[in-house]
Amino acid sequence: MIWKKHFFKETCCRCAAPDTEIQNEELEKRGKVKKRKKKNENKRVIISNLPFGSKKRKENPNRYYDSNKIKTTKYTILTFFPKNIYEQFHRFANIYFVVIALLNFVPVVNAFQPEVSVIPICVIMAITAIKDAWEDFRRYKLDKEINHMGCYVYNREERAYVEKCWKDVRVGDFVQLQCNETIPADILLLYSSDQNGICHLETANLDGETNLKQRHVVMGFSSQNTLFEPEFFQNSIICEMPNNDLNKFKGYMEQPNHERIGFNIESLLLRGCTIRNTEAAVGIVIYAGHETKAMLNNNGPRYKRSKIERRMNMDIFLCVGLLFMMCLVGAVGHGIWTGNFSEHPPYDVPDENGNFLSPVLAGFYMFLTMIILLQVLIPISLYVSIELVKLGQVFLIHNDIDLYDEEADLPIQCRALNITEDLGQIQYIFSDKTGTLTENKMVFRRCTVDGIEFSHQENARRLENHKDLDLDDEDFAKFQHFSLPPMNTERQATYKQRTMKPLGRCQSARAHFQGHTRSRSLGRRDSNQSQVAFSSTIEKDVTPDRRLLRRVREAALQTENLSPFIHMKTSTSLTDFFLALAICNTVLVSTATEPRQRVTVPPPIKPSGITLEKIHQIFQRLKLASLSQSFSSSQSGSDLGASFSAKNTEEHLAALDCCDNDDSCCASGRGDELQGKGSTDIGSASLDEVFKSVTNSSLPTDFCYEAESPDEAALVYAAQAYSFTLVSRTPEQVTVRLPQGTLLTFDILYTLGFDSVRKRMSVVVRHPLTKEIVVYTKGADSVIMDLLEDSAKADISAEKRMKRIKEKTQKHLDYYARDGLRTLCIAKKVLNEDDFQKWANFRREAEAAIDNRDELLMETAQHLETKLTLLGATGIEDRLQDGVPDTIAALREAGIQIWVLTGDKQETAVNIAYSCKLLNQRDTVFTINTENKETCESLLNLTLEEVRKNYEVEKPQRKIFGIIPTSFSASEAPSAEFGLVVDGRTLNVIFQGGLEEQFLALTKHCRSVLCCRSTPLQKSMVVKLIRRKLKVMTLSIGDGANDVSMIQAADVGIGISGQEGMQAVMASDFAISRFKHLKKLLLVHGHWCYARLAKMVIYFFYKNVSYVNLLFWYQFFCGFSGSTMIDYWQMIFFNLFFTSMPPLLFGVLDKDVSAETLLSLPKLYKNGQNSEIYKLSTFIITMLDAFYQSLICFFVPYLAYKDSDIDVFSFGNPINTIALLTILLHQALEMKTWTLFHLVTMVGSVVFYLVFSLIYNATCVVCNPPTNPYWIMERQLSDSTFYLLCLITPVIALLPRFFIFALRGTFGASLILKAQQLDKLPKGQQDLEIQKLRSSKQTTSAAAVSHGDTETQGLSTSDVNPLRKQTPEEGYCFFNRWAEEESTATDSSAGPFSGHYPLVPSRVANPGQNSGKLTKDNANNFNHGSHRRSVSAVTL
Amino acid sequence: MRRERSGVNKQYSFPTVRTQGEETRPSRCPDNSAFKQQKLPAWKPQLSTATVLPGFFLTGAFCLAVGVCLILSANSVRDVQIDYSDKCSDCSKFRENSSNWNKECHCSVNFTLKEDILGDVFMYYGLQNFYQNHRRYVISRSDAQLLGRNVNSYCAPFTAYRNGTPMAPCGAIANSMFNDTIDLFYNLNSSAIQVPVLKTGNSWWTDKNVKFRNPKSYNLSSAFAGTARPPYWHKPVYLLDEEDERNNGYVNEDLIIWMRVSAFATFRNLYRRVKRIRQFADGLPAGNYTFRIAYNFPVTKFKGRKHVILSTVVWSGGSNPFLGIAYVVSGTAATLTGFVITAIHLKLRKKKTYFQK
Repeated sequence: MIWKKHFFKETCCRCAAPDTEIQNEELEKRGKVKKRKKKNENKRVIISNLPFGSKKRKENPNRYYDSNKIKTTKYTILTFFPKNIYEQFHRFANIYFVVIALLNFVPVVNAFQPEVSVIPICVIMAITAIKDAWEDFRRYKLDKEINHMGCYVYNREERAYVEKCWKDVRVGDFVQLQCNETIPADILLLYSSDQNGICHLETANLDGETNLKQRHVVMGFSSQNTLFEPEFFQNSIICEMPNNDLNKFKGYMEQPNHERIGFNIESLLLRGCTIRNTEAAVGIVIYAGHETKAMLNNNGPRYKRSKIERRMNMDIFLCVGLLFMMCLVGAVGHGIWTGNFSEHPPYDVPDENGNFLSPVLAGFYMFLTMIILLQVLIPISLYVSIELVKLGQVFLIHNDIDLYDEEADLPIQCRALNITEDLGQIQYIFSDKTGTLTENKMVFRRCTVDGIEFSHQENARRLENHKDLDLDDEDFAKFQHFSLPPMNTERQATYKQRTMKPLGRCQSARAHFQGHTRSRSLGRRDSNQSQVAFSSTIEKDVTPDRRLLRRVREAALQTENLSPFIHMKTSTSLTDFFLALAICNTVLVSTATEPRQRVTVPPPIKPSGITLEKIHQIFQRLKLASLSQSFSSSQSGSDLGASFSAKNTEEHLAALDCCDNDDSCCASGRGDELQGKGSTDIGSASLDEVFKSVTNSSLPTDFCYEAESPDEAALVYAAQAYSFTLVSRTPEQVTVRLPQGTLLTFDILYTLGFDSVRKRMSVVVRHPLTKEIVVYTKGADSVIMDLLEDSAKADISAEKRMKRIKEKTQKHLDYYARDGLRTLCIAKKVLNEDDFQKWANFRREAEAAIDNRDELLMETAQHLETKLTLLGATGIEDRLQDGVPDTIAALREAGIQIWVLTGDKQETAVNIAYSCKLLNQRDTVFTINTENKETCESLLNLTLEEVRKNYEVEKPQRKIFGIIPTSFSASEAPSAEFGLVVDGRTLNVIFQGGLEEQFLALTKHCRSVLCCRSTPLQKSMVVKLIRRKLKVMTLSIGDGANDVSMIQAADVGIGISGQEGMQAVMASDFAISRFKHLKKLLLVHGHWCYARLAKMVIYFFYKNVSYVNLLFWYQFFCGFSGSTMIDYWQMIFFNLFFTSMPPLLFGVLDKDVSAETLLSLPKLYKNGQNSEIYKLSTFIITMLDAFYQSLICFFVPYLAYKDSDIDVFSFGNPINTIALLTILLHQALEMKTWTLFHLVTMVGSVVFYLVFSLIYNATCVVCNPPTNPYWIMERQLSDSTFYLLCLITPVIALLPRFFIFALRGTFGASLILKAQQLDKLPKGQQDLEIQKLRSSKQTTSAAAVSHGDTETQGLSTSDVNPLRKQTPEEGYCFFNRWAEEESTATDSSAGPFSGHYPLVPSRVANPGQNSGKLTKDNANNFNHGSHRRSVSAVTL
Repeated sequence: MRRERSGVNKQYSFPTVRTQGEETRPSRCPDNSAFKQQKLPAWKPQLSTATVLPGFFLTGAFCLAVGVCLILSANSVRDVQIDYSDKCSDCSKFRENSSNWNKECHCSVNFTLKEDILGDVFMYYGLQNFYQNHRRYVISRSDAQLLGRNVNSYCAPFTAYRNGTPMAPCGAIANSMFNDTIDLFYNLNSSAIQVPVLKTGNSWWTDKNVKFRNPKSYNLSSAFAGTARPPYWHKPVYLLDEEDERNNGYVNEDLIIWMRVSAFATFRNLYRRVKRIRQFADGLPAGNYTFRIAYNFPVTKFKGRKHVILSTVVWSGGSNPFLGIAYVVSGTAATLTGFVITAIHLKLRKKKTYFQK
């Protein structure tokens, strides 16, 4: 209590401080003329615009804020050229080429006619400028459209809302919005036609979430029943400066009497959202135009630099070095050559004044001239070409039908345009679990109430069926939309039959849906589930557990009969449990018949049969009978402890014992059944009555629930299955229909929303009948279990019972987690009025606070959520996505390390990892959970030693098989036998304790790594660590907002456009809709893109070097004077047109190996992973080849024309032609696929060259002074030597390459070559060979994989146990922080889990998960610790 | 999009509504076309020993055949080259003194043809170490002027004299024009018969008729009025060939040929063709000949040499045997490689380990 007071005092202080600050600031502001517009003030003051009208505009303090006119264009017509050019000069290459072009204007150093030399850079900049201008124009048109949209703004003169354009809306204006209207600016909601002051928003435009959000009118305004009068609005609004946080906004409104009203994001209507379900809303504009949150969030496309580009930039530096060397040769050569003359020869032309340069100066100038001459060595066209090629690649990826998701009607989205080839070089994948590996479709599977487990066998079976039978059982479980579930099996059957009709309809719809899509060999299961944003049939329909159903019915009966019955206790907790499921959430209700029609008011029908008064009586009595003593704290004073009547407790303990003896609860269930029968008999008459009354009622039976998280919806549907139907929800009230058919309306006093720190949410409601104030909390078990009521003060038997329930629930929870279920604990607490009022006051203060309000809110929430009473727990299944194990197996075979980073529980994560074959049944899994640095370090070292030992034993053996690829990369080939599981706390220790090295060393040996319970920040830190330390290519894939940082940290970020909104997609480079698409995206597109681009880049280097070298060789014959034998136009066009198309086409279309082979032989991916195509050695070889080819292309014609009367351009012309042929034929040799396009561009390039040359040479008599190649092409075409040269030179130049290619095609052992040969084989033989290749390549690893293959789920095979037990070195080691204490623990394998659960015993257990905590505050957490330990006792 | 979809979802039990929804919104499914799915019919060449074998042999055979032909034809070319820079050493020394620039110096060079040179005989002058391809030299010309138009400025410093009189033709190339006069005499029975030569028809037709034009005027000297000869020249441009009006001025073929700058420092330019009349109807008969050379062009200051060359041509060009050799060598190499590949191929086939290795 003392603590509490202290806490609140502190809160108050904190509240006060910022307020005074604001006040001071404001006074200051009022005193001065508000000239300083955005000067460091972190508050924004807004007042109504109305008093200022149009005349006194200048006095309006709002005038400095941005208007609502948006301008996303970068340029105007006037500024386009300077601005665009300025921006283009941010590129280093552009500056380089412009400097060179400018250098050409200096007479002493120019190599070409200066006017001509600016052409290439102009062309390239013009192309970019045109692209930019077009994009900008599109933006301009869009802006104009948006700016001219209409909305209604209050006008003082007309005393009405008049239509205005969006762009004319100003901060401080009052805007009236109608249903389905898009919001023009960020508006503070002041009035809503809804009587509760609620306005519904759809934020799909902003974050893609389709569920409706509620917005409340600012407090104090909601009570107004009359229409809002803007004229009387005298308040000034003080709020924070514009920022881009969509979920945070705070401020207050100061009334003329200095009273303040706080508001937050709940009252802000965001620009771009749409008003729904509200006839009209009025608000004042807070932020307009570019200051709105939507606009601030609107970042442009991301720019990343791919690995190839980084590599390329390095090679460009090599080229610069080469260029420097060549220029130096030229300079020195020219200096010596000039120095050799004693007298100036007639061909040494003096400058205009007749002076000659000294040899040294001439040499220096020649250096510059040579740079100009050989500038193309730095491939100017490469940057533009790469951009074009990537556009093409993106286009093809985008259009891949295999990456299209029929259900969501979404193709892959490529958001980053310039990292396509990175997809082919991924070495590490970091994956989220929920929604990425799994469907993120939450299905209610099991629950435990009061320590009794209800296994929901039928539901499980239904889900199984759902998997197997594709269509037929889609609507299988429809029958349960009736308020009371069937009484017996016969009835059930009839219901089933009744449901067949809707089924037929669904089928027809489905048939239609599939009609327009390509038929697939692989069945698309669950096809129409995800048509739905949140709830598909599989999630909606929950087959109730019969046993539990009976109990619920009993409970209903009891309340009906008002008889103090035997299972009273259980029944009330049952009621509470389901009530909590139904109301402890933020689910919105809408009816199925009219979409988007919110049910906010329960229909005014009274169920016949039972009156509300009767129910009221029932509850009163019940409360008197048992509840009051145990849960209402009002009687028991300040102590919130629970006490039980001895009788009840005893009885219940008996039941619990019964459960204990047989953990499956079958016996207990049977007992219940027996008991239940009696009760059913007794109450049958009245129950029937209830039943009838409800079925007859005209309530809409089909509600649609829209939840922010799918878990919530699943719980609500589960409650619905047990006839606790959520009927309506408003911020003030929530209505639930009970099994009896009664509608119960709770007043919601507070909703403490979910956040990832607290990991729980609560609602505070007033029970309509008992008038108690009840807190229902649901949250992660780890949190809730710690917050449970301290039972020390209660009497012993009750304490014992509580403890018992806690233990049992914990046991069930652990089991759920091992089964891969997501667990949630449900708890409640009854508050007395005084406590609540006290708390509510503080809460209000916290809400009004403007500074550190979040912390205050958090603290108040935490304060409330204590001393809870456990009601039960639920297990929700998140099913694995289609094709995940297959994809993971393929990716792993491709040599990619896959890590799973999840915020989920360790057990859940490990199980998912097993079921998707990330971990293998035979893998050794190390688990490290510790909070202590020393422990962590020693554990890491220990494990590492263990692993190394194992590794070294296996290493020689592996070499014999020749598996280890001969790559000398930093990371050794990871062993297939180890898995590592760490949790978030351990990660913290590793990061903070500087244990990264050990951790990395360990992970390098591990087949897969799982990081559980990790925060978004940790996720991104892990990714960054791997990226930084191992220098590998990383890919992150995730679907939720918590994956955003991880996605952004990785080289390639992939978002799954799933069910958790669009944040991940927005942050990603590529967005896919299913995890399995990753396989084709990486293995096929990644490989292709990498191979294409890498080859193209190399080719560009080759092309430029071999071409430029021709000029360089000529310098040896012209006294290093910088002359060219090729006309400059033809030189420019050579790069720009004659040889540009084939490599571009090659970069977009070439396929070295077919998609089918790439998919069936994932090993081929290693080609890109190890950067085999484009690395330093290939670059150097290419350079050497380029030198050789240019030597041939120059010297063959030179020797042939030596001592003849050939003139400069006539000599250059055949060289140019030969170079063209050689360069194109070289490309032809590289091409692995020849389509019509390739042939056309190849032939077209040559033809274009000839045609251009003929025309140019025929028409150009005096153009391009002082020299021109007039009539040279024509003359050469009539000369036999020309033809003879053109025949022989390319042959000599390319013969060695051709020969080596042929040899490599025969002897080459590389997998790529084999795969290429495979492609040519007929289908049957191809499969055979692929099998052979695969089997020969992975003898050892395949064994492990195939072993895993035989086990379908890995969960139901207990026969693996003995094996593991007998071979501890192959089994699993298992570490925890007790490792030091019990040295044996290192090797201890968990004992066989002789339980009744069909589970493989935990390979990973973490006893004493919280025992670190235990040492810190042992007194408080003792109970908690003990219950944990009891669990671990089972596993050890 | 998404909203619509979920809206449809809410009514999923009403298939009609849903169908409408599907129709109104075109599917974003990519086209299943061969191009977009990257399944265009394609030829995938596979380079292996077996597939390249015929290629190597065919290339080898072709190159060898062409090479032999080329060598044979190049062998039939007669080529007589006489270096007269030493033989006229007096004149060359005389020319070293620049004060003698306008004085004439003649020298004779005798030589003997042991065989007849049959066919068209071309007379070239050859220069060694004369870098006509020097960058600043190459651009020092004005094509516009040579077309009879106005001068543009690339000729500097040989554009005009200090007094402003423009040079015609301007530029370093024209200024340094080869100006030796070479006459060939056939010494038959101690009487020297001047071999008749053709001055015209040596340059490209397009050069003579399109690229080079005299300024239009009633006669040449008036056309070039107001211009001066280049500093190195002895006479103005309109006196280059006083005998033939159509070979005078800018269209003088010696000028035209000189203006077509040579690709290398050692080069030859066509000077005259032997006119095939009288005893020279079949070419040059064997016997003693004399070149009478008016030695004007100084070469010693850049260590150059001058030649006079008599040569014939065949279909494959001049006397240069390189092309033939190149063809023969590469043909041989291709054939040998072909044999090597055959050996590899046979060996591999015997082992039967062609694919699985």
